[in-house]
Amino acid sequence: MPDLVIRNLHANITGTDTELLKGIDLQMSKGEIHAIMGPNGSGKSTLSHVLMGHPGYEVTEGEVLFEGQNLLDLAADQRSRAGLFLSFQYPFAVPGVTVANFIRMAVNAHRKGGPDGVDNPVRIPEFRKQIQEAMELLEIDKSMASRSLNDGFSGGEKKRFEILQMAMLQPKIAILDETDSGLDIDALRIVSDGINRLVGPNMGTLIITHYQRILDYVKPDQIHVLMDGRIVRSGGAELAHELETSGYADIAKEVVS
Amino acid sequence: MAPETADVDLGEYKWGFHDEENPVIKIERGLNEDVIRQISAHKGEPKWMLDFRLDAYEIFLSKPMPNWGADLSGIDFDNIFYYLKPAESNARSWDDVPETIKNTFERLGIPEAERKFLAGVGAQYESEVIYHSLKKELEDQGILFLDTGQALLEHEDLFREHFASIIPSADNKFSALNSAVWSGGSFIYVPPGVRIEQPLQAYFRINAENMGQFERTLIIVDEGAYVHYVEGCTAPTYSSDSLHSAVVEILVKKGGRCRYTTIQNWSNNVYNLVTKRAVAEEDATMEWVDGNLGSKVTMKYPAVILKGERAHGEILSIAFAGEGQHQDAGGKVTHVAPNTTSVITSKSISKDGGRSSYRGLLRVNKDAEGSKSKVVCDALIIDPESRTDTYPYINIMADQVDIGHEATVSKLGEEQIYYLMSRGLSEAEASALIVAGFVEPITKELPLEYAVELNRLIQLQMEGSVG
Repeated sequence: MPDLVIRNLHANITGTDTELLKGIDLQMSKGEIHAIMGPNGSGKSTLSHVLMGHPGYEVTEGEVLFEGQNLLDLAADQRSRAGLFLSFQYPFAVPGVTVANFIRMAVNAHRKGGPDGVDNPVRIPEFRKQIQEAMELLEIDKSMASRSLNDGFSGGEKKRFEILQMAMLQPKIAILDETDSGLDIDALRIVSDGINRLVGPNMGTLIITHYQRILDYVKPDQIHVLMDGRIVRSGGAELAHELETSGYADIAKEVVS
Repeated sequence: MAPETADVDLGEYKWGFHDEENPVIKIERGLNEDVIRQISAHKGEPKWMLDFRLDAYEIFLSKPMPNWGADLSGIDFDNIFYYLKPAESNARSWDDVPETIKNTFERLGIPEAERKFLAGVGAQYESEVIYHSLKKELEDQGILFLDTGQALLEHEDLFREHFASIIPSADNKFSALNSAVWSGGSFIYVPPGVRIEQPLQAYFRINAENMGQFERTLIIVDEGAYVHYVEGCTAPTYSSDSLHSAVVEILVKKGGRCRYTTIQNWSNNVYNLVTKRAVAEEDATMEWVDGNLGSKVTMKYPAVILKGERAHGEILSIAFAGEGQHQDAGGKVTHVAPNTTSVITSKSISKDGGRSSYRGLLRVNKDAEGSKSKVVCDALIIDPESRTDTYPYINIMADQVDIGHEATVSKLGEEQIYYLMSRGLSEAEASALIVAGFVEPITKELPLEYAVELNRLIQLQMEGSVG
């Protein structure tokens, strides 16, 4: 069975009848790169947050299995410790908590594992070495590690730090929600290089994007087009170029007709 | 260094235990002239002090209860014990402290802290200081660190010159009360040019039910000298209330610096009504670091009067109001001389229906031209039941001044917690981390040991509320 299996997933905004996901089916495994493309308001970000466990959405139908385990039974922190990661489109600032301290706490929470886990904190010299390597990979200046997390960061810096956290937590499946937005061309190359280095037999990624731009750097195995809460088409890398030239409107027509 | 959390009871006040009472002297409940005469007689004070006390008592009676701050209607002055002497003498060695009292201070970690990082320790239990120490080399440099009552007897001239010179009895109802019945507290004198690198600490413990603790602290930092004084306080949890009403006066002479750090962690049945004021002379620096976690009601606004040119005042205040608590705290700065500077940073956290108020006064007198001041107050509200208010009073009478004021109120956001949880932190860890980050501007100013303790206390408070 694939590592991530999404079956007929429906979700509402919590406490309302507003349905944003209207039956999503998708399967992927570690080592694979999938991309979800779609126009604004099609449900791309909703899907990423429903998978991560955002309290603002409730699943009304369907199931999600992660390595055979029912993901929807788990709280967001448990999903993270199980090996799911979400790079936020709009990461939150945590003033007074440094990047290094925060990531160390997160790494230690992962090392501890589940609720019955044994406390086994990472040794500080080992942690320092790992984070410095990851920062070099993403061309982040060392001094940034002692700044407050996302506090006063530019949009591009925030995105790099999301990928830094991904590198340190080594998830099995990473969802990258609009990671390319707000990045200039150099930053996009650096972040994409980082993603390419990290994806491998132990990690797969689901790239959520509005534009085909990032897919020039990170080559997807499969592309899915999301419209109005449903995946309307799936295909290979060529689908991105088709979208780029003809736009979402043509597909919309196709779907309706 | 990570805070130790292994043996912590979730959300429970750890210092709520009490010892059996075994007082040497316990004056009957309530307050009258005779009680004051008894206190003064037990202490063998000079007549001028008895007169001072009786005069203050008249002032106390004549002043109405303050009605502009927290609700004080629960205080029953007739039900309070005003003087309780727990042991015969003020020991210089922990071995000489009565067993039960020593055990209490050991549970609070005081002797250990003394060995590790303190230059001197005072430990007050009920009305009297029962233990006092100062490192020999500091004594040799002419530093005085002793219980205030003893200072009156042993250094009467120095004492009389400064006592009540910064906070007169008539300042407010509770300073009058303290002046009438004061007992214990710390007296510190640091000679010119002497810098004490390790902190001096005093620890205040209330043990008996309905106890009133009225310590009086007087610190004189002579020219170019430096001292960091730390006070900590706890009390048992009882169903009826106790009262803590201290007066702290500090004089920092030319070019000197004093830092006064408080970690107040009273149990939730203590009214904590304290008057603290410092005068900073030319080029002197006064810093108040004021942490208020416990108590039922706290009203406390550490003040600095910038009396000499280029004097600097700094007030860092943090308040944590939980269930049934009202923390009415803040700071006051008066710029008297030209080119003086001040910073007030206040952070408050309210949760489980707790209420925190920032109350601040910034005053720049007519002659204080070229002065600068910055006031920042930030409030964090954990849940919708809790409340925060800001009362910033600013009164500028000078021209050519630079004044900044910022205030923010933020709510602990579900989305922010979700973001941290998506990295593997539990909900409790996530909210504790946000709160720890919020108070970081204060904790980073504390010596490591106290920063760890403060973070641990906050974590404890947060763990009680989540999950």
